[in-house]
Amino acid sequence: MATTAIATPYPKPYEGEHTGVWSWLTTVDHKRIGTLYLFTALFFFVFGGLEAVVIRAQLGAPNQHLVSAEFYNQLFTMHGTTMIFLAIMPLSAAFFNFLIPLQIGARDVAFPRLNAFSYWVYLFGGIFITVPIFFAVAPNGGWFGYAPLTTRAFSPGINIDFWVIGLQILGVSSLAAAFNFLTTIINLRAPGMSLMRMPMFTWMAFVVQFLMVLAFPVITIALVFLLFDRFFGTNFYNTVSAGADPLLWQHLFWIFGHPEVYILVLPAFGLVSEVIPTYSKKPLFGYPVMVYSGILIAVLGFGVWAHHMFAVGMGPIADTFFSLATMLIGIPTGVKIFNWIATMAQGQIRLTTAMLFAIGLIALFTIGGISGVMHSVPPADLQQTDTYFIVAHFHYVLFGGSIMGIFAGIYHYFPKIFGRILDERLGKIHFWLNFVGMNLTFFPMHFAGMLGMPRRIYTYDSGQGWESYNLISTIGAYILVVATLFFIYNFFRSKRSGPIAGSNPWGAATLEWTIPSPPPEYNFAQIPQVTSRYPLWEGKEADRESARINSQEGKTAAELGIVIPYSTIKPLLVALGLVVMFCGLLTTRAIIFVGAAIMILSLFGWLLAPLEPEHH
Amino acid sequence: MSTAATPVPHYTTTGLDSRKIAIWAFIGSECMLFISLISTYLIYKGRSVVGPFPHEKWTDPATGHVLNPILNIPVTSMSTFVLLMSSLFMVLALAAVQNKGRPLPPNAGWWTRKLASSKLWLFMTALAGSTFLGFQAYEFTSFVHEGLTIKTNLFGSSFFTLTGFHGAHVTAGVLWLLSLLGIDQRRGLGPKDALIVDICALYWHFVDVVWIAIFTLVYLIR
Amino acid sequence: MDSPADSHATPDSAEATAHAPHAEVHAHPTWDTYWKVALILTLITVGEVWAYYVPSFVASRAFVPTLLTMSAMKFAIVVMFYMHLKYDHKLFRALFTGPLLIAATTLVALLFLFGHLTVLRH
Repeated sequence: MATTAIATPYPKPYEGEHTGVWSWLTTVDHKRIGTLYLFTALFFFVFGGLEAVVIRAQLGAPNQHLVSAEFYNQLFTMHGTTMIFLAIMPLSAAFFNFLIPLQIGARDVAFPRLNAFSYWVYLFGGIFITVPIFFAVAPNGGWFGYAPLTTRAFSPGINIDFWVIGLQILGVSSLAAAFNFLTTIINLRAPGMSLMRMPMFTWMAFVVQFLMVLAFPVITIALVFLLFDRFFGTNFYNTVSAGADPLLWQHLFWIFGHPEVYILVLPAFGLVSEVIPTYSKKPLFGYPVMVYSGILIAVLGFGVWAHHMFAVGMGPIADTFFSLATMLIGIPTGVKIFNWIATMAQGQIRLTTAMLFAIGLIALFTIGGISGVMHSVPPADLQQTDTYFIVAHFHYVLFGGSIMGIFAGIYHYFPKIFGRILDERLGKIHFWLNFVGMNLTFFPMHFAGMLGMPRRIYTYDSGQGWESYNLISTIGAYILVVATLFFIYNFFRSKRSGPIAGSNPWGAATLEWTIPSPPPEYNFAQIPQVTSRYPLWEGKEADRESARINSQEGKTAAELGIVIPYSTIKPLLVALGLVVMFCGLLTTRAIIFVGAAIMILSLFGWLLAPLEPEHH
Repeated sequence: MSTAATPVPHYTTTGLDSRKIAIWAFIGSECMLFISLISTYLIYKGRSVVGPFPHEKWTDPATGHVLNPILNIPVTSMSTFVLLMSSLFMVLALAAVQNKGRPLPPNAGWWTRKLASSKLWLFMTALAGSTFLGFQAYEFTSFVHEGLTIKTNLFGSSFFTLTGFHGAHVTAGVLWLLSLLGIDQRRGLGPKDALIVDICALYWHFVDVVWIAIFTLVYLIR
Repeated sequence: MDSPADSHATPDSAEATAHAPHAEVHAHPTWDTYWKVALILTLITVGEVWAYYVPSFVASRAFVPTLLTMSAMKFAIVVMFYMHLKYDHKLFRALFTGPLLIAATTLVALLFLFGHLTVLRH
C-alpha cells in the first residue's frame, strides 16, 4: 500500500536539496513532512470514501444483501475511524506542518525529529488499523467502540483488538505533534509577531494543540482499560460479573470525543479565515473576536460531552447542565459565521475555487450547526439520537465543515506547496459536484431520521417511508465519487504541469506568501521583522524589504550560512519499534520485547545525537 | 535531550528554552492522564462485588475465610516519605549542576563539599526512586499473596492500574536519572547542562506530586 | 530536541533585536530553603498519617476536607518551590494551571455523575 510520496522534482530544485526515497524516509523538514501527511491523508480519505460508497450501495434500496450484516458493521466502523483519525486529523496535520512555521516566520518547528516521528507513527498505525478489512476482520464496534459491547465477553474476535491497539498508536502520533506545535507557536514566532498578530490559521491551530494535549490522555486511559480488560482480564468494563459501570466507557470516551470534534473543525475554520480575507481583499472582520471565540469554543468544549449521552438516564441535573452548556457553545461558533460574512461584505470578491469552498463551508456548517442545536434539547434529542438525523448533522459539520474548509486550504495553498496552480476550471467542477453531491447525500438523512430510520442498520424493510430518501442519498454518494475523481486528476496533473506560481499568486497578506513557491529548505533567508497582522498589505517598509530579500531565489542554505538539521532515520525506527511492540500483543509476547528494544535503542541514539551541525 | 557541544543561542520569542516549555505542556497533559485513572478509582470505590477491600474486612462466602483490609498504611507511609525525600535530592542535584565550577569557599566543610557533588545527588535520587519501587514491588506481591490481583475485582483492577502507571513513570524517571549520572561520569555535567537536568527534575517532581494525590485519595481516605 | 537554526546572513537581521536566552535570574532557592521545605512536607505527611489513626476524627465530617487540604498544600509546595514555579516565567504557570483546572473540574464532574457527591445533593 504505497502511501508515501516518491520525491517529485519541484519546478526550481534548489542546489543541495536531496531527492530520492531515502531523503523522504530521513527527512526532518516540516514542509516535506507536511507533504507526506497530505498524500497519506488524501489516500485514506479516498479509502474511507470507498467504504462509504459500499455502505450507500447497500442502503440504496430496501432489503439488499450486497454485504453481510457482519461486514456492514466493519464498513461503518472503519469509515468513521478512517475519516476521523486517518483523513481529517492528518489533513489538518499536513497544514499545521507545512504552514505554521511559514506563517510565524520560523525556519522549522521546535522539534523537527519529533515531527518526523509523529508522521511515521501515523503511517504505521494507519496501515495497522486498515489492513484487517482486506481479511474481513476489521474493527466492527463503531468508531466510538462502546464497552461493554467491545469487551471480550461480547466481542471475542480479533477485530476490536485491532481497533484498541490501532487507536492507541495513533494517539501517540497526535500527542507528540501537539507538544511540538504548541511549543513552536509559543516560542518560535518572528520578532514583532505578538499573539494578536498571528494569522488566524495559526491561532486556531494553537487552540487545537491545547485541545489535543488535554483530550487525548483521557481516551488513552479509556483504551488502556479496554486493552487491559481484553488482554489481561481486568474488570473496568466487566458489567457481567464484577459490577462495572456500563457508563464508564461512554463518559471517558466523550470527554475526549467532544473536544475531538472541535479538533476536527477548528483547523478548517482557520483555513477559511485565511481564504476569505484574501479573496475579498479585506482584512478579517473582528479579528480579536475570532480569537476569543476560538478559545471559548475550546474551553466550553470540555464541558458539553454528555450531550452524547442524553438517552442513558443521567438524571435531570446532568441533562440540564449539559444541555445549557451545549446551547452556549453555539454562540461563539455562530459569531464566526457572522464575522466571515462581514469580511466579505463590501469586499472585492473573487470566486476562485478556494473561495467557493470557503463560502460552501459557511453555508453547510451553518446547517450542521442548526441541527446540532436541535440535539441540545434532551427531550427532542430522545427522538433524534441514534437515528439518521444525527448522521445528517455530523456529516454537515464534518463534510460540509471540515472537508470543505480543507479543500479550500488545498486550492489556496497548493501553489505554495508545489509551486504550481491547480486548474481552476476542474476545481470549479469539483466544487459544484461536491456541493450538489454532499447535499443530495446528507440532506435527505434529516427526513429519514425523523421518520425513525435508526443508525448502523445494514438493511431495512420497505414500506416505512425511507426508500426514496435512501435512494437520493446513494445517488448523491456516487456524485461525490465523480467529484473526487475530478479532484484527483486535477491534483496530479497540476502538480506535474500546472501553471507555475510565483511567491504570491493570490495577492495574499501573510508571511508565507513572501517567500518562493515552493519555499527553499530554510524558509526565510532573513527572519522577518513583523509590524502588522497583514505584512504584505499593511506592513511598513521593513516588511516589504524583508519580503523582497526573502523572495529572492536560488541561494542555498550553505551560501546564506544557515544551519540545517541533519536528516536521520532514527525517528522512523523509534516509530517502527513502538508499533512492533504493540503488535506483540497480537502475536507472541516476545515480539513486545523486540519492539521495545528497537524503540529504546533508537531513542537513545536520537537523544544523544545532535540536531544539527555546530555553528562556526 | 541533546548532549551535543555548546548549545547555539537560537532565537526564541520568549527567551525560554523550547524544551522547558514542552516539558510543562507534557506535565499538563499528564495531569489529565492521571486524573482519568484517579477518577476511575474513585468512581469504583466501594463498588467491588467481592473482596479483598482496601479498608474493610471481607468474608469470602465460598470458603468462609476472613480477609483483612489489604492496604498497609505504615509501609506506604514509609515509601511516601522516601519519594518525598527523593524530590529533595533531585533539587540538590540540580543546584549542584547549576553551581558546578564555582569555587568553594576556602573553609568549605564536608557537608558543603557533599552538597556540590551532582553525581552524589543524582545517585541518591535514583536510589530513593528505586527504593520506592522496591516498596511497590513488595506491596504488589504481598497483595497477590493475600488474594488481590489485577483481575480480582474493581478495586484490584483500578488500584493496580493506577499505581502501576505511576510506578512505570517512576521507573522511566530512574532510567533518565541513571542516564544523566552516566553522562556526568563520562564528561561531567556543568551549568551549560542545567536545562536538561532541570527538565528531568520537573518530570521527577511531578511524579512525586502525583503520588501525593494517590497516597491521600487511595490510602488515607476511606 | 533543539530549537531550529538561525540565520547569520545579514548584520541588521532580526537577531540583533532577538531575546538572548536568559538564565533564570530570579533568586534561586538555596539549601537553606530546601531543607525547610522538606521538613514542612514531612511534617504535613506525619500529620496526615496521624489523622488516619484517630478514629473519632476519621468518623467526622472534617476528615476528608482536612486530608484533601493537607495534600493540596503538599502539592502546591512541591510545585511552587521544587518545581520553582514561584520563581519562573509566568508562561509556565499558565501552562500548568490551565490543565490542572480542567483536570480538577473533570474529576468533580465525574464524581457527581457517578453518584459520589451525594453530600452536595441536599
